[in-house]
Amino acid sequence: MEQIATSATAETAPMSGVANGEAPKVTARDVCVFYGAKQALFDVNLDVPRNSVTALIGPSGCGKSTFLRCLNRMNDTIPICRVTGKIELDEQDIYDRDLDVVELRARVGMVFQKPNPFPKSIFDNIAYGPRIHGLVRDKTHLEEIVETSLEKAGLWKEVKDRVHEPGTGLSGGQQQRLCIARAIATTPDVILMDEPCSALDPIATAKVEELIHELRQNYTIVIVTHSMQQARRVSQKTAFFHIGYLVEVGDTEQIFENPQDKRTQDYIMGRFG
Amino acid sequence: MSTSMILLGLLIAAALAYIVGIVRCRASTGGDVAKLHSRTGYYGSYLAIWTVLPALFLTIIWAAAEQPVIRHLVETSLPAHAAGVENDALMSLTLGRINSVAEGLPKLSQSEFKTIENARLGFTPMLEAQRLLQEKGVILGAEPEPYIISAAYDEVIYRHTSSWLITGLAALAALAGFVYGFTQIRPRLRARNTVERVVLAALIGASTVAILTTVGIVFSVLFETIHFFQSVPTFDFFFGTVWDPRFTSAGREGGASGQFGLLPLLWGTLFISFVALAVAVPIGLYSAIYMSEYAGPKFRGFAKPLLEILAGIPTIVYGLFALITFGPFLRDTGAMVGLDIAASSVLTAGIVMGIMIIPFVSSLSDDIISAVPQSLREGSYGLGATKSETIRKVVLPAALPGIVGAVLLAASRAIGETMIVVLAAGIAANLTLNPFESVTTITVKIVSQLTGDLEFNSPQTLVAFALGLTLFVITLALNVYALYIVRKYREQYE
Repeated sequence: MEQIATSATAETAPMSGVANGEAPKVTARDVCVFYGAKQALFDVNLDVPRNSVTALIGPSGCGKSTFLRCLNRMNDTIPICRVTGKIELDEQDIYDRDLDVVELRARVGMVFQKPNPFPKSIFDNIAYGPRIHGLVRDKTHLEEIVETSLEKAGLWKEVKDRVHEPGTGLSGGQQQRLCIARAIATTPDVILMDEPCSALDPIATAKVEELIHELRQNYTIVIVTHSMQQARRVSQKTAFFHIGYLVEVGDTEQIFENPQDKRTQDYIMGRFG
Repeated sequence: MSTSMILLGLLIAAALAYIVGIVRCRASTGGDVAKLHSRTGYYGSYLAIWTVLPALFLTIIWAAAEQPVIRHLVETSLPAHAAGVENDALMSLTLGRINSVAEGLPKLSQSEFKTIENARLGFTPMLEAQRLLQEKGVILGAEPEPYIISAAYDEVIYRHTSSWLITGLAALAALAGFVYGFTQIRPRLRARNTVERVVLAALIGASTVAILTTVGIVFSVLFETIHFFQSVPTFDFFFGTVWDPRFTSAGREGGASGQFGLLPLLWGTLFISFVALAVAVPIGLYSAIYMSEYAGPKFRGFAKPLLEILAGIPTIVYGLFALITFGPFLRDTGAMVGLDIAASSVLTAGIVMGIMIIPFVSSLSDDIISAVPQSLREGSYGLGATKSETIRKVVLPAALPGIVGAVLLAASRAIGETMIVVLAAGIAANLTLNPFESVTTITVKIVSQLTGDLEFNSPQTLVAFALGLTLFVITLALNVYALYIVRKYREQYE
């Protein structure tokens, strides 16, 4: 296992370099995660190229969400959770003592599995991030931020007449796009998505995928997904996790057309997971 | 046999019938339990129900009817001249005397009882019976008229007969029910359905009793209140600013000369409750936030029950604490800084009451804050909010309706609270804004109007019911509103 993970790393680093020709946005080196005494992730090495979509796939409990939550230090909120290794965002160690986790999370937005709008108006949902980070100059500026964020999330047309109504009153798909707009509003560089479509119907899913496609122009996106079709549709790079190990990583096309590892092959062919 | 003996007999019969029912249903399929419609226990219960229920109803109805019927029989048998049959008060007096003699008769020995019987039947002169009864101390005081002895004798006989009759009838009914149920038991009998219908009826009966009791309480208070408003104008009660009921002792004509203004009492109640909430809401809410958001599971598991113990302390103990420790402490502290604080003041009662209702606020708020979905907190953290920002801007607003509900429930506790204010708030009905003075509350006045040697029909006493009803309406409205808010909040996340 250890060997495979290491060999995957050996392949990964040059691969991301070749694909993009510039330094990766996020680099993870030897990341291990422990929940109490139980180890959930083993020596994960992964480069996330900038302005592209990286998909994390794998069966349930394989550690892909755990890894995702390391990238904005969301695991800090779990008292028994411990992370070792090194994760750099723009060559800056995010687990560095000097780094403020609040700043990090403003730069690395997150969208969750279940849409979780705050029980406030649509406007206040979007304005939440800019307000707490002091990004707002005045009322007009705030309105501008809200409008552009909603526009970027493709929601503006649908809700522009009712931005002061509760966000919880929207449909599931709209709520998820509201959460994406909320993440965008703090002007992050990276957006993490934890199975963002698993609670949505196919039409809403299609809209969110379309949105991810557009967001790729300006943001670096890491998405955890259970749907291999989705990974194939939206991502440029795919990483396959299995029981805590990063088994294989590569260009999405290569992973799906020509997987190197037997386990990746089996998973993609639908033999398990 | 007495009714309780009959009930005991029925209980034994039920146990026997249960066993017989199980044996019988097993026998009906030759021991193959799987062929039965219901589990064997249901057949046992079925037979037990048939054995007990008819007999039980008969006994209850008999017990309820026995007293009035006997009374009627005794009453009609009295000679026409006896103590003005037309006069209700005299009649009940006479019946009372008969009753007390009748109660004494069974204490006589058999031969003595025979003497009474002979006298009743006219074999021996009544005088002998009179002498005997006086000797034995059954009749005290006035010369007992012969007809009273006769009537008392009759009553004893009636009771005796009645008790034997019902024992026999109950036994018959139990037997008949048992035989019927026994013949009914066969494999296809839907015993479970019948038993469960009876259980359902019992449950409905129990809840009906609970509801009817509440209705009964409300009506009994309501009637006394109406009675009160016949002697005191409604307007004077609800809008009067002076509370001065002018106590009159029993018998003397006091009339409605007192003033029964509700406002000073209502003001005192609300003032003290306000102080109590001012103490309990911040402390309770902050401790709830700490418990649910910051405290580790270990500390929480230890501190939360400890805080809830506060709710288990009897309120009279709080009252003593206020009266003996906290009141004098406040007075002395006030004196040191030049404040004139009465030992029993709004502040004393309010603060102690506030301590009492802290657990109501904290425990309910804690549950409500914990019920705010974790996903909302994560959403907020994910946007880079700090813990306190998340609590202030996401968790608390989401929990707010529930917290308001908790505070309203605590307020209704404070308004209805009695023992603390009886001991710590004083009895002077002041309309004052000064929290260092003593005021009094509705509950205090209800207590003081009903204690002591008072005529029950005077407005001085009846005003307690009007006060009680007012209090009931206020707390009911608060509770209904609080429950409405809490429920509305619950719907949001389920």
